[in-house]
Amino acid sequence: MGSCRSWGGMMGHEDRSLSIHWKQDIIPALQSDQHFLCYGLGRSYGDSCLSAQGTALVMNPLDKLRSFDAHTGLLSAEAGLSLHHLLDFAVPRGWFIPVSPGTKYVTLGGALANDIHGKNHHVRGTIGCHVTELELIRSSGEAILCSLTRERDLFCATIGGLGLTGIISWCTIQLIPIESALIDTECIKTSGLEDFFKLEDDSAKDWEYTVSWIDCMAKGRSLGRGIFIRGNHARAGNPAAEYAKQSQLKLSIPLQAPTWLLNSWSIRAFNEAYYHKQQRRLSKTQSAIDPFFYPLDMVLHWNRLYGKPGLLQYQCVIDSHRQEDLSHIFHIIAHSGQGSFLAVLKKFGAVPSPGMLSFPREGYTLSLDFQNQGDKSRELFQKLDAVVEAAGGRLYPAKDALMSPELFQKGYPNWEKFRSFVDPKFTSLFWQRVSGG
Amino acid sequence: MAESQNIPQVAIFGASSGLALAVAQIYAHRRARLFLIARDRQKLNDIEKDLRTRGASDVQTLVADLSGAASAQSVTDLLLQRVQHLDVVLIAAGVLGDTEQLLRDAKSCEHLIDINVQSPIAICNRLLPLLTQQKDGVIALFSSVAGDRGRASNFIYGASKAAITAYASGLRARLSTTGIQVLTIKPGMVATAMTSHLPKGPLMAAPGPVAKSIVKAIDRRADVLYTPGFWRWIMLIIVHLPEAIFKRLKF
Repeated sequence: MGSCRSWGGMMGHEDRSLSIHWKQDIIPALQSDQHFLCYGLGRSYGDSCLSAQGTALVMNPLDKLRSFDAHTGLLSAEAGLSLHHLLDFAVPRGWFIPVSPGTKYVTLGGALANDIHGKNHHVRGTIGCHVTELELIRSSGEAILCSLTRERDLFCATIGGLGLTGIISWCTIQLIPIESALIDTECIKTSGLEDFFKLEDDSAKDWEYTVSWIDCMAKGRSLGRGIFIRGNHARAGNPAAEYAKQSQLKLSIPLQAPTWLLNSWSIRAFNEAYYHKQQRRLSKTQSAIDPFFYPLDMVLHWNRLYGKPGLLQYQCVIDSHRQEDLSHIFHIIAHSGQGSFLAVLKKFGAVPSPGMLSFPREGYTLSLDFQNQGDKSRELFQKLDAVVEAAGGRLYPAKDALMSPELFQKGYPNWEKFRSFVDPKFTSLFWQRVSGG
Repeated sequence: MAESQNIPQVAIFGASSGLALAVAQIYAHRRARLFLIARDRQKLNDIEKDLRTRGASDVQTLVADLSGAASAQSVTDLLLQRVQHLDVVLIAAGVLGDTEQLLRDAKSCEHLIDINVQSPIAICNRLLPLLTQQKDGVIALFSSVAGDRGRASNFIYGASKAAITAYASGLRARLSTTGIQVLTIKPGMVATAMTSHLPKGPLMAAPGPVAKSIVKAIDRRADVLYTPGFWRWIMLIIVHLPEAIFKRLKF
């Protein structure tokens, strides 16, 4: 058992871990063992960031900037740079990451390897759509510059490639310009899924960011009720001054909570309170960056609330015309009694990602988290898997700990093509599980 | 000279150390002119790119092995040919060493003393004429909490840092009326390359906030800095433990 841990609480099987501080350390490191996987900030929930054996290369110390063009917004940096530090650099200069996940504590390399998406998928696609080039170091010692025009296949395999094609040592991404560090935000209380479907479609054109929080304990006529959130970067502000004022104060959960803390009562109470917090149907505000994009980052180590067994995430995508399957999923969850604090629903747009194994595609994506209750959770997930599989959908590897090889291979028909780009010395617990080695 | 009043001129010895880089990044943000001295050309190149990107007005690098008084002196002379004025000198070169190996192997013990003691003292002595002539500036030397009292697990490293603490304290007294400030930096455990083989306990601090506190102490012209701050209280207790008890502690 190693020391690398995923966000859901699983442990890696590495024999040792090795921190990478300098680019020049990568090639010698790759000669020191037979099996590798990179580990960043450990925000993948399941086992996709965990080594099956050999050496875990800890990449977050490799976090220097390489260049920045203040006129075009092209930023080049080493792969261990966290989005947190990237924002600290870019926002005061009037630039923002093109795609923002739900936490800023991820490395650039991890963001690329999972081809992350955000609340603006319908406008900008995934992070991979904004990578202009990257350097990939293979266990053979080769350093390969990859982009859409150079080593295209290897580039496409590496974007969303779960770290299996080698080590991303640095990359260059196109930032987006902002005039303010604030987000014009509207929160709309929704009565059910129909309401959400319509709001998503109506907002897609004029809003950069859209997402919904769903009260997944609600049943019957309230099934799928929630809060729809949409936002645009505010205009004509002063990013540096506004960002400096935004509080970086964080709470931290110091210890693992007792297992009973989260139960169907406390989860129901939370969902109920959160839904009714907003009285009116529409509330308009200007949000700071953290509460809008990274509300959970306000509480460091929030995963400890789930206690020793840890948590399981479930994120699927299914085609836009399969709305009934989506209500079916909510129905199953509401009646399972295993509620989720954070059920997030979003409609992905049609922007294609270069990634061969990328998760996002046009349709609805739902993400849920559950306390890991062993067999009980497994049973629930199998029910959900059956709906997703029948709907021709797929699950997000970065969140997954349980999907079957069949569901993976069906959901990712490119997986066999991808397999030929996997570096012979690289593997993960996830990859062993879903590819059969 | 108007320009140099707005743009700090900062020289960093041992610039590839994790903490030195984090400090340099803060000065880069302040548009400083940076002179970086380290052994590895490639590392210096990576650092230079980072600091230029972050806004440094200028970055000049000098490749030098700081593992001996002679080479430290000659690179200091090279630096002196390039600068007329220095606002801040940071001396960060150092090695932690493994006590068991240091006890067995005289060469590596000598090497540790060369880097941690001989070289910082040689550099400072060499820079003194310039600093006394300009009548201002800050010399910041990396000591360590380990220098406050020799502990069974790392007393050779501790001894080398105790030498720096004593040197810095005497130098500070000697220069106290000249306008030159000497800062003794005593970091606890910080998560950098130096400590990457050690387990990440709750006392391990991130380099960013530690670097911030160092720059703040330089700005305030402080004498001694424990960072993170709680180490001042830990060390207060450790230093005052009676020897009869302390000698039984194997930490």
